[in-house]
Amino acid sequence: MNANTKPPAAAERPAKGLGKGLGKGIDREKLLLAVAAPVLALIATMVITAIVLLCSGKEPFGALRVMGTYLGYSDYQVNTLNQATTYYLGALAVAFGFRMKLFNIGVDGQYRIGAFFAAVAGGAVNLPAVLEIPMIMVVSMACAGLWAGIAGWLKVTRGVSEVITSIMLNAVAGSVIAYLLNPKRLALAVGNDVRTPKIPDSGHFFSFNLAGGQLWGFIIIAALVGIGFHLLLNRTRFGFDLRATGRSESAALASGVNVKRMVVVSMLVSGALAGLIGMPQLLNSSYQYSVDFPAGIGFTCIGIALVGRNNPVGIAFAALLFAFLDTVANPLQFNGYQVELVPVIEGTIVVCVVGTYEVVRRYGLRRQQSRVGEQLGRTGPTATDTAKGVAA
Amino acid sequence: MAATSLEGADAPQPRTAKAAPRAVGRLRPWQVMIALAALFVVISLARQLSGGTDLTSVGQWGGTLSFAMPIGLAGLGGLWAERAGVVNIGLEGMMVLGTFGGGYVAWHTHSAWLGLLAGIALGALGGLLHAYLTVTLGVDHIVSGVAINLLAPGFAAYLSKLAFTTPAATAQGGGQKQSPPVPGFSRITIPGLSSWLAHLDAHHWFLVSDLAGLIGGIVTGLSVITVLAVALLIGSYFVLWRTPFGLRLRSCGENPTAAESLGVNVYRYKYAAVLVSGGLAGLGGVFIAMVNSNFFLDGQTGGRGYIGLASMIFGNWRIGGLAAGAGLFGYTDSLQGRADTTSVHALLLIVAVLLIGLALWNGYRRRYLRAGIGLAIGALVVVWFTATKSLPAEFLVVTPHITTLLVMGLASQRLRMPKADGLVYRRGQGT
Repeated sequence: MNANTKPPAAAERPAKGLGKGLGKGIDREKLLLAVAAPVLALIATMVITAIVLLCSGKEPFGALRVMGTYLGYSDYQVNTLNQATTYYLGALAVAFGFRMKLFNIGVDGQYRIGAFFAAVAGGAVNLPAVLEIPMIMVVSMACAGLWAGIAGWLKVTRGVSEVITSIMLNAVAGSVIAYLLNPKRLALAVGNDVRTPKIPDSGHFFSFNLAGGQLWGFIIIAALVGIGFHLLLNRTRFGFDLRATGRSESAALASGVNVKRMVVVSMLVSGALAGLIGMPQLLNSSYQYSVDFPAGIGFTCIGIALVGRNNPVGIAFAALLFAFLDTVANPLQFNGYQVELVPVIEGTIVVCVVGTYEVVRRYGLRRQQSRVGEQLGRTGPTATDTAKGVAA
Repeated sequence: MAATSLEGADAPQPRTAKAAPRAVGRLRPWQVMIALAALFVVISLARQLSGGTDLTSVGQWGGTLSFAMPIGLAGLGGLWAERAGVVNIGLEGMMVLGTFGGGYVAWHTHSAWLGLLAGIALGALGGLLHAYLTVTLGVDHIVSGVAINLLAPGFAAYLSKLAFTTPAATAQGGGQKQSPPVPGFSRITIPGLSSWLAHLDAHHWFLVSDLAGLIGGIVTGLSVITVLAVALLIGSYFVLWRTPFGLRLRSCGENPTAAESLGVNVYRYKYAAVLVSGGLAGLGGVFIAMVNSNFFLDGQTGGRGYIGLASMIFGNWRIGGLAAGAGLFGYTDSLQGRADTTSVHALLLIVAVLLIGLALWNGYRRRYLRAGIGLAIGALVVVWFTATKSLPAEFLVVTPHITTLLVMGLASQRLRMPKADGLVYRRGQGT
C-alpha cells in the first residue's frame, strides 16, 4: 500500500474534478476499476468456497455447477426475483444512511416494527384497494421511520452514535412485537399459530402469473423506489447535501448544510424505506404478521448494500445474487451440500467485496493522482509530492 | 495540539482545573463504594417490601456473576480495540467463533482447557481478519465489523453441522445445531461457609440475608473461568493504564499521528489490540458455551457481543464502568431466568426509588427541571408497580438494551471516547 495517500474525503473530490477536465481516458479507467472490484471479490469468494468445500471433503466446484443448473429453472428465477424485491428495498434503506456515513444497523428492527403495525392496521380496516394498500404502506413506513428517528434524535440531541442505539433498538423492537403479538393484545391465536387478523382482499397487491409461479407485483414498486433513490441523491439539492455530509461533515457545515437536520431527516427516510422491506411479504404473500414472519433480513440487507456499493444499480445486482443464493440453498441440500453453505458464501462475498473495494479504490486514486501530476507537467516529482499537490 | 491530546489519554496525570474534560464523569473509589452500598440497601429494601426473595438470593447473585462474565469479556475486548482506535462491532461474530471453537475442541479432545484455548484462538482469528481489513486495508471499522458478523455465524453454522452430525457425535447427543455435551471446568465451593450462608439467606433478614446471598453467590460453585475473567479485567487495567505498552496503545487511539511521530509503530499496536480483543470475545464465547452451558448451540450468544459493547460505552471506555455495566446486565439476565415473578416485579420498585433519589439529588443541586421530570417518571413507575402484579417477561429480556439507551441518552455528555476512535488511520498521514 502506498503510505502517503491522503484521507479519502479530502483527496477524492478535487481529483475527480480534475479527472473530468482531463479527457475520457480516466473515466474509462474508473469504469474498469469499478467493475474490477466486484469481479475480483467474486473470484476470491469462489476460491474460498472451493477451499471450504475441499476441506469438508466435497468436490470443490460441484456446488457452483448445481447453482448453474438451477439458474435456468423458471420457478427458481421467479423465487429469486421475489426475494430480491425484498432485499433490494432493504439494501436501499441501508444505503441511504451509508451515503452520508450514517450507519443504520437498525433496519432489522425498523422493518419488523413497520410490518407489524401495518399488518395490524390492515387487518383492522377494510377500505377500497386504492386506499387500503397505500394506507398499509404509509403505516409501515411511518412506524419504521419513527423507530429509526429515535436513533437519529438521540444522535443530534445527545451525541450518541447511531450504531449502538440502532442495535439496541433492534432488540427492543423484537420485544415490543413479542409483547403485542399476543392473543390478549393485538393478535389472534389460530391453532398453533399466533398472528394478526388477515388483511382483507382489497389490501392484496397484484401479482404476475408467470410460468415459474407468481411474480410479486411489488417488484415494480421496488424499481420505482430505486429510480427515486437515484434521482433524490443525484438530482436534488437534498441529495447533494446528503452526499456532501457523508464525504466531509465539516466541509458540509461550512457550506451551509444543516448537518443535524440532515441526520434526522436521513434517519427518518432510511427508516421509512426500511418500512417497505416487509411489504412484499405482507401484501403479496402472507397478508398477516405471525410469529414466523421473516426476521433478520435487515442484516442481510446491510451486506447487500455493501456489495452493491450503496448504488441503486449495484444493489440491484447484489440483491439478485443474494436472493439467488438463498433460493438455491435447498437444491444444494438435495445435491449433498449443506444449506449452511449459503451463509458462508454470502459472508465471504461481503468480506471480500469490502476488502477489494478499498484496495481498488486506493489503487485508482493513486494512479489518478500520479497521472494528473504528470499531465500538469511536473518534472520528476515523487509519488508523494504529486499526491500532495493534487489533494491540496 | 498533538501533545495535549496525548496528555488527555494519560490517566495518572494530576487533577487540575484545566485537565481534560473527562474528570467530570469520574468518581473516586470511596464514592463508588458508597454508591454501591446505597444501591445494595435499596435492593434489600425492595426485597423486604415486595417479598421477592430472589432479588438477593444466593442463586441470583451466582447467576449474576456467571451472566455478567461473557458480557464483561466482550466489553473488555471492545475496550482493548477501541482504546487503540479500532471500533469492533465484530465482537458478536468473534464470540460466535469462540462458542464453536470451545465446543468443538473440548468435545473432540475431552479437554476443557484445550477447548478454551481453541475458542480464544478462533476469536483472535476473527480479530486478525478485522485488523487486516481495518488497519492494513483501511476499510471503515463499522463496515468490517458488520461483515464479520455476517461471516462468522455462517461459518460456525456450517462447521457445526459438519462436525456434529457424524455418527460419533450424534451418538453422544450432537446434532445439526448443537454439539454433544462437553467437559466443564472445575468449580470452587467453600465447604461450610457456603451452606451456612445459604442457611442465613433463607431467613430473609433485612440486609443480613441479602449480604449472605451476595457472598454465598460468590463462594458457591464459582467457576475457575470466572476467576480468570476477573483477573483479566484487573490485569487489563494494569496493562493499559500502568505500563508503557498500555500508554502507547492508548495513544494510538487518541492521536495516532502524534504516537507515530514519537516512534510508536501504530499498525503493530492496533493489530495487537484487535487480536487481544478478538481473543477476549472468543473467551466470552467459551464462557457461554462451556461455563453457562455444557454444549455449543447455534445462536447461543444471543447478541451478547453487542451488549458487551454497550456496557463498554456505558462504562465510559474504562474498566470499572465496564464492570459495573456488565454486572447490571448480568443481574437482569439472571433475574429473567428465575421463575420468581414477584422479584421481577420488584425491579420496578428499585427503579422508582433510584429515579426519585436521583431527582432529589438534582433538586438539591438546584436543577429543578431535571428534578421535576425525574420525580414525575419515578411517580409513574410507582403507579405502575402498585397497579400491576407482574412485569411482562418480554420487556425484561431487553432491560440491558433499554438501560443502555437511557444511559446514553441521559449521560452521553459525560462519556468521552478515545479521540481517534473509529477513524481510519494510514501510516504517515500526518506528514
